This record gives sequence, structure tokens and C-alpha cells, in this order.
Amino acid sequence: MSEPTPSEITVTINGTQIDAQAGEMVIAAADRAGVHIPRFCYHERMSPVGMCRMCLVDIDTGRGPMLQPSCMVPVSDGMSVDTESEDTKRAQEGILEFLLVNHPLDCPVCDKGGECPLQDQTMAYGPGESRFVEEKRHYEKPIPISDLVHLDRERCILCDRCTRFADEVAGDPLIYFMERGNATQVLTFPDEPFSSYFSGNTVQICPVGALTAAPYRFKARPWDLEQVESTCTTCSMGCRVAVQSSRNELVRYLGVDVESVNHGWLCDKGRFNFESVNSEQRLTTPLIRDIDDPRQLLGIDWGSALAVAAEAIQQAGPERVGIIGGSRLTNEDAYAWSKFAGSIVGTDNVDAQLGDGLPAEVVLALPPATIADACSADTVLVVGPDIKEELAILHLRLRGAATKGQTNVVEIGPNPTGCEPYAQRSIRCAPGETAKALSELLASDDPLAGQLGEGSVVVVFGRASMAESADPALSLAAVIRTELPHATFLPALRRGNVRGALDMGLAPGILPGRTDIRQPSQALLETWGAVPAAKGLDTTGMLHAAASGDLDTLILLGADPLSDFPDRNLAAEAIQKAKTVIAIDNFVTDSVAQADVALPATAYGEQGGTTTNIEGRISRLTQKITPPGSARDDWMIATELAWRLGSDLGLSSKQEIWREIERVAPSHAGVTLERVESSEAHEGILVQETSLELNLPAPETPPVADGYGLRLVSGRKLWDAATATAHSPSLQPLAAAPALKVHPNDLQRLGISSGDDVRVISTRSTETITAIADENIQRGTAMLPFNQPGGGANRFIDADAAVNDIRIETL
Amino acid sequence: MKFFTDENSELAREMIERYPKARSAMIPLLHLAQEQEGWITDEAMTEIAELVGTTSAEVLGTCSFYEMFKRKPVGKYVINICTTMSCALMGAGDLMKHAESRLGVKSGGSTSDGMFTLEGAECQAACTEAPCLQVNYRHQYRVTADQFDQLIEELASADHDVPQHGVLSRIRQHIPEDRFVGPTPPEEVVSAPIWLGTDSGEK
Repeated sequence: MSEPTPSEITVTINGTQIDAQAGEMVIAAADRAGVHIPRFCYHERMSPVGMCRMCLVDIDTGRGPMLQPSCMVPVSDGMSVDTESEDTKRAQEGILEFLLVNHPLDCPVCDKGGECPLQDQTMAYGPGESRFVEEKRHYEKPIPISDLVHLDRERCILCDRCTRFADEVAGDPLIYFMERGNATQVLTFPDEPFSSYFSGNTVQICPVGALTAAPYRFKARPWDLEQVESTCTTCSMGCRVAVQSSRNELVRYLGVDVESVNHGWLCDKGRFNFESVNSEQRLTTPLIRDIDDPRQLLGIDWGSALAVAAEAIQQAGPERVGIIGGSRLTNEDAYAWSKFAGSIVGTDNVDAQLGDGLPAEVVLALPPATIADACSADTVLVVGPDIKEELAILHLRLRGAATKGQTNVVEIGPNPTGCEPYAQRSIRCAPGETAKALSELLASDDPLAGQLGEGSVVVVFGRASMAESADPALSLAAVIRTELPHATFLPALRRGNVRGALDMGLAPGILPGRTDIRQPSQALLETWGAVPAAKGLDTTGMLHAAASGDLDTLILLGADPLSDFPDRNLAAEAIQKAKTVIAIDNFVTDSVAQADVALPATAYGEQGGTTTNIEGRISRLTQKITPPGSARDDWMIATELAWRLGSDLGLSSKQEIWREIERVAPSHAGVTLERVESSEAHEGILVQETSLELNLPAPETPPVADGYGLRLVSGRKLWDAATATAHSPSLQPLAAAPALKVHPNDLQRLGISSGDDVRVISTRSTETITAIADENIQRGTAMLPFNQPGGGANRFIDADAAVNDIRIETL
Repeated sequence: MKFFTDENSELAREMIERYPKARSAMIPLLHLAQEQEGWITDEAMTEIAELVGTTSAEVLGTCSFYEMFKRKPVGKYVINICTTMSCALMGAGDLMKHAESRLGVKSGGSTSDGMFTLEGAECQAACTEAPCLQVNYRHQYRVTADQFDQLIEELASADHDVPQHGVLSRIRQHIPEDRFVGPTPPEEVVSAPIWLGTDSGEK
């Protein structure tokens, strides 16, 4: 007898026959059939545990009906399920009476009240009365188990959702069931907080008010919240979120389950950095440099500020204007600015990346992969930044797939990353030499070479270190294209809507729709009138040009080169030497403070439109609140500037912009406004077409380090000095001060003890930093986070060098 | 600071090697820690977590589940008086009262000289021999008040063979002798495992 194929399994639920899939649990089949079985512990993205017993139903497999937990019993052919039988009802009443024995019923002061599964299911399935008259169990009321999460053990019903999430999904089992029997409780180890990057998810999945998030505690009542579905733009993963506001203030994000992207999870940075949108420090009015006291920026009206900006653009002329940034923008805003630069100003000096990414013509031309491809590939080759720090939910997805045996993660890089615990292999190589390491592996008789050569491969591809140029990454891509031509790529570009900005042409040599500037589409030429004749400068080129007086007007489109460009010294010189710096931003960042004109832009939650994630998946952003002060959408600012330059950008709404994108951008043809506004956009609309041809330079080997220096490796941390984090009161304290990590032997050789302050010398700067011994760091290298409060690695990096070396000395 | 002594660190390493997954050695290592210190300190749990590759929270979760792991200092001899049904019917309540007044501590407490900890316990599977108690998990059957006093005398004067709390002879017995015992295909198993031969069953 053969196993029934999925379609052959038929289950009867409450008298209705449904088709079920082999292996799925009764509760999941019932969900699909529209029959709700009450539950607390069951969660469709985690393995079932049968803890709460709330989902007991009568299941009959031919031996008569029996009460069984529907989350633990797989469907079988001919099974009959009754979710409304007398026994089921009695079981539900009994379980709820039990669960409420120790529950404090403090609903009136509980944040969960009004959206509480325990409250709701007690009303729907409970006995109505309790026979328990004894004293309830008491615990100290809420104890902070991390900086972000509070735990009230009295309310806890021990469903194992948070502890299961921490262990199974996040891989940080820092909370656990302690004690047993009546004393069982969820707790951390003493003085070891639940400091997981994903702790906020436990608050969202807690079926009672036991776990609450510090940023939301006592902020609002669920029935006062307004909610829209949107997309998170903190990084470029494009996680689907529900944005909730109360009285025109963002108060909470919840993860929305999207199969292709985030599975309902969010990282804590994405979940909580909405606080920055509400910040008092937001830029709310245009500012202009004070003529009498150049150290000051003065508030001014929009008309005057725009006039000054337009004049600076006009006077400079097309060749001497540069636009840096654009990853914060929506696709529509990015398109408007791309059109403004190309057709009105007439410059191709545009770059959404801050010298910290990969050339756009490579990103857009590589054979594309999706996140789902990566999670089902025979091998995922991770070569790039530490994705746990920079694309946290991608890390979560890969970890989930790897621990379930659906894929094998192989990482190549200079130092340990968050992938290491679940990687099949972590290959360590000298900084800048990933290409060499992979070539050597593929040439060897290592079974891994065969695995890569024969099976499917997805490359999570980015720069392994901010202290090296894009060249080593391009060398690696060249090796992969030659040796593993079947590999597809998922670019590990981190910043917000960077992919959308590149798609919309905010990159030198690229026109909207992933086309080469030398081959504009007919529709684009007709709409734009003209396109720049030649490829312009990238961010590094623009900053060099400004520093040497070859560029007069620098437009910072939500960009902060002083903090985000790898070479702070070059950025500082460029900003100082440029005649006019126009900044369009949400905050007065380091760079905006140096600008001559600052224009306030709308932030997340204040703007509609679309965004594109690293896969090229387009999803919708929804406006929930009105912007503070007179902040405007970025596309409006482009339109206003165009008008002051005597032209009409021809764009008057986001919908109109999208229609134009669909018309002129070849890759986006067919992605109509109707589709973007339909329910299809819930999962996102994947756009992978490109007309760009891939040209990779021949692999190069970086120079050999001398015996005295340490080769610098730098990457971003999830908790860093990024603008949104720094302006979120709950997150700002989580960012640690910078420390230089060096192998203990290297420190010992220099006579330095761990924890000592040392002098760090590079070709760019000499400064004092604390050195920490860490034996996981390769000898001959030094690890310094890129952007921590108090200074990062960008002081020491020369943006033009393939790799950067530093020396350290005792003070 | 390192918790395990050098000798115990070596033993811990051998214990971990005996399991396909290091995490499986968690409970044996907790026993080892309790043997070394008499109880399980936070430092011990943190070190065990590092050794088996998990978090201190998970070790504490496991440790706190089991009654025999003590997370506070206990006396050299832990006396568990059974308070479950059969023993209760046979006078366990009176025995407990007597023990409390003899030792001068309440159930759950330890004598100030660090010699005894008195605890009430659930069924010890000796219902035919009620009331029973255990001293460091070694049974005493049909205990009367006089016998209890005599037991305390013996324990206090070291006239007995009960090792102090935490000593686990079985772990000591089988390591390292049986460390070469690996998984054997069922068809090749023809006799009892070699370590069974070295275990006299007495200790």
C-alpha cells in the first residue's frame, strides 16, 4: 500500500469534508477550512508543543472520538474531527478554568486588555465562573528581563511561545522555564538579560499580557489604535509590518506574516525605531546658514530656502552638481529625484550608495535570487557583512532554513559572524582575500567544492568589510561567475530602499528601469527630453571632486557622509570645500549641521508609495500620520526645485509618478499602479528583469600587509549610532562604545593588556581607542565597528585603498 | 574565573566526549559541579553553559527542574523525610516534628554547623517500609524517633559510610573505564556492556 499523496488525504471537520496536506496538524487543516480552534501555545511558524491543551478537540480515527490536542495530531485519511462536541466544550471550559486559576485578571491595568487571546477566548469558550476561591500565586510585578522587554509572571500561562521562539527561531535561549510544578516560571539567568536582537517578537506572540515592550507600556489602548499595513524600511529586507498610531503618533509596529519575506518576525531595531519619527528633534522647518554667524543655522520659509538651493544648482551648472543619497526615499521619490537630476539639472552625478556598497551596474546585472531561493538552495554562500547585524531578518530566515536542514550555509570572511553557529562551514581568510579563499576551496578535493559545483548555490553578496573597497567583492563575484556559473545572487545591501533607488536610476550610469545610460528607452527619452551624455561620478568621485574644488553644489538626499561614508576625512573635506551643501533630511545629522540649506523631509509612516527590497520585491508603504511642521515629501521638493529652475518635472502625485515609472522603466513594465495597489502587493511584486550586462573586473589580490600593521576589518552593528537608532530613546542606550578587538597574541606582542587605551594610527588619522583581546579575531587583523557612538572606523579608512592597515601603539 | 578544578575540567571534557551532542552532558556536569561544591553555584552553571555550548539560562532551567540539584548551600548530609501517603499514615508527621526539634531547624533549613539539612520529600518508593527517609539519597527504613537520633549520632561522629552530599559514585565509576564504549550495532551485542561488570551494585 502506498502512502496517500497530499490530495488523497480527506478529513471531515464538523461534518464538512476537506482536503488536507500530508504531515500538517489538524489545527492547521482546520484553519485553512475556516474552522477556528482556540489555542494559546500553537504558532504556525514554530514547532508544536501541546503545552496549553486549549486546542483539545474530538478526533475520531475509526476507534471512536477522543479528546486530543489538535496542534499535535497530524491529519490522516478518513479522520473525523468535531470541534464543537459536548466533550470538546467541557474540555475548553475546564482548561480555561485551570489557566485562570493563577491568572491575576488585572485586565483593566493590563496593556494586552482588548487584544488578549486569553481574554477573548475566555469570553468565547470559558465557563463564565471560577470555582477557585483560594489565594492566587504571587510574583513581583513586572520585572525587566531586558532593556526592551518586561515580564509579569503572574499573568503568564506557560504556553512556551516566548521561550520556544528564543530557542528555536532566534537562537538566543536566554529565557527559559525555571523551577517546576506550581513554581514554574519564565526567567532569565540572574544578571544575564534577554538581550536578543529579536526580543520584541516574544511580546507580539505572547497570548497574555505577561511580556510587554518598554516603548509601548501604558502608551495606548488597543481600541484607540488605528492601523495600516506597510513595509519596514529600516534595512532593505522589506519586512511587512502593521503600523499602529494613536492621536497622530506612531506607537507600535507588529510583524505581519509574509511567506516570501519575514514570516511575521521583525528585528528589534525595525520594531522600535519608530520612536525616532516621533522625536522632538525632527527637522520640521527649512534652515539656512546664518550670514552673520556661520556657525548657526536659522529657520526660514520654504520659498526662500528653495530659492537659495535652486540658485546654487543653477550657478554650479550640470557638471558641478552632485546628488548623494536616496536610499531613505520611496521608489516614487527616488524616481522624481532621478528625473530631476537627469532631465532638469542634466547631471549623472547621482549615487544612492555612500561608497559602502557595490557598483550599481553589478548589483542590477547579477543573476538574481530571492530569499526563498536562498532558504532552499543546496548551499548559501554568505560573503559580505555580518548579516545578523545588518540584515537581521535574513539571518533569521537562513538560520531557520539551516537548522531545519533545508539549506547549508557556508560563509567566507575574515572574522566570526552571527552565521557561524549554524554554518556548515566558516572559512576564514585574510581581509580582502575572499576570492582567493574560494578559488583555493574550489580547486581542492574538499567535498564542499563538489557540493558547490554540483548543487544549487545562492550567494548572499556584499562587502565583507567597510575597511576594504568594493574591489575584493567584485573579484569574488568574478570567481563565482567563472567557477560556479549556476550561482544566483542576493545583494547584501543594507540601507532602506537602496535597491529601489538604484532601480530608479540614483546611481551613476544607470537610468530608471535598470538600463544603461547609453541605451535609454524610447519612452524615457520622450518623457525626459534628454538624458546625461556620459556616466557621472559615484559618491567617492563626487566627494573627491568637491574636495578638490571641481564640484560646487552637493545635495545630500537623506545622506550623512560624515557618519556613513567609509572615509570621514574625505567627506569632511568635501563638505567644507563645496560652495553650497543642500541637505534634505529628517534630522540635523553631523552632515546636515554643516549644510548651507537644510530642507525637512517626511519620514517613515508619514509617506505613501512603494519600496523595493534586496530581492527586487516591490511592496507598499502606507501613510499613517501627518508629518511634523512643514516637512514635505522628497518628490515635492524635487518638483519645487525644478519649478524654480524654470522647468516642470511633470509630476503631481505619487500615483502619477508610479504610472510614469511603469511607462518609462523597462524592468517595471507591466507593474501597473492597479497591481501595486491590489492585494498582490501584500506579498510584494517581484521584479527581476534587467537589461544591464554584467561586466566584472579580473580578480585582483590586495597588497600584502607589512609585519607591523594590523589589517582593519569593520562592519556595522545592529545597535549603532545610526540616526534613527540615536533618536529612539529606547534604543539609543543599547549602542555600545567602540572598542578595537585584536587577537590576544597580537596585543601581547605589543605589550598591551586587554582593556587598555591604545593609539591607533592609519594613513588618515591617529586617535585613542580601547583595545580588547578577543581570540576569535584572526591574527594580523583588528576589528572595529563602523559607526558606534563616540566614533567609528570611518576615521581611519582611506576610501580608495583596496584594504586598510592600522598600527597600534601604547600611550 | 574558572569554576571546575583542573581535575574536574578534565573529567568534564571526557564526559562531554561521551555524547554525540555536547548539550547532552549538561546533567552529568551539574552532578559534577554539585560534587565539587556541595551545591550548584551561578558560576558553575555559567561554566557548564560554555562547556556544552548553550546559555546559562538553559542550564538554570534544567538545574532548577530537578530537586536533587541544590542552588543554595546545604549541609554535609541532606535528610529527606518522606511525607507522602504511606509514610504519612505510618507517622511521618511525628517523625518530621521529632527531626525538627532534634536538629533545631524547620523543614527546609540547615543546621548552623553545616552538618545537616532537613527536607520533606515526596514518595521515595519504599511504601512497604514506611516511614522512610533518605540521607544523601541512601534509604533508611521504618525509622523511629530513637533510630533517627541514633542516625544523627552516627553521622555526626563519622561512624558510617554515607559520602557527603553531592558525591556521585556512579559517574566516578564509569569514567574513564567505559569511555571507549561506543554505539554498537544491535546484532553485535552479545554480552552485557563492559562497564556493567565493574559495577558491583554496592556503594
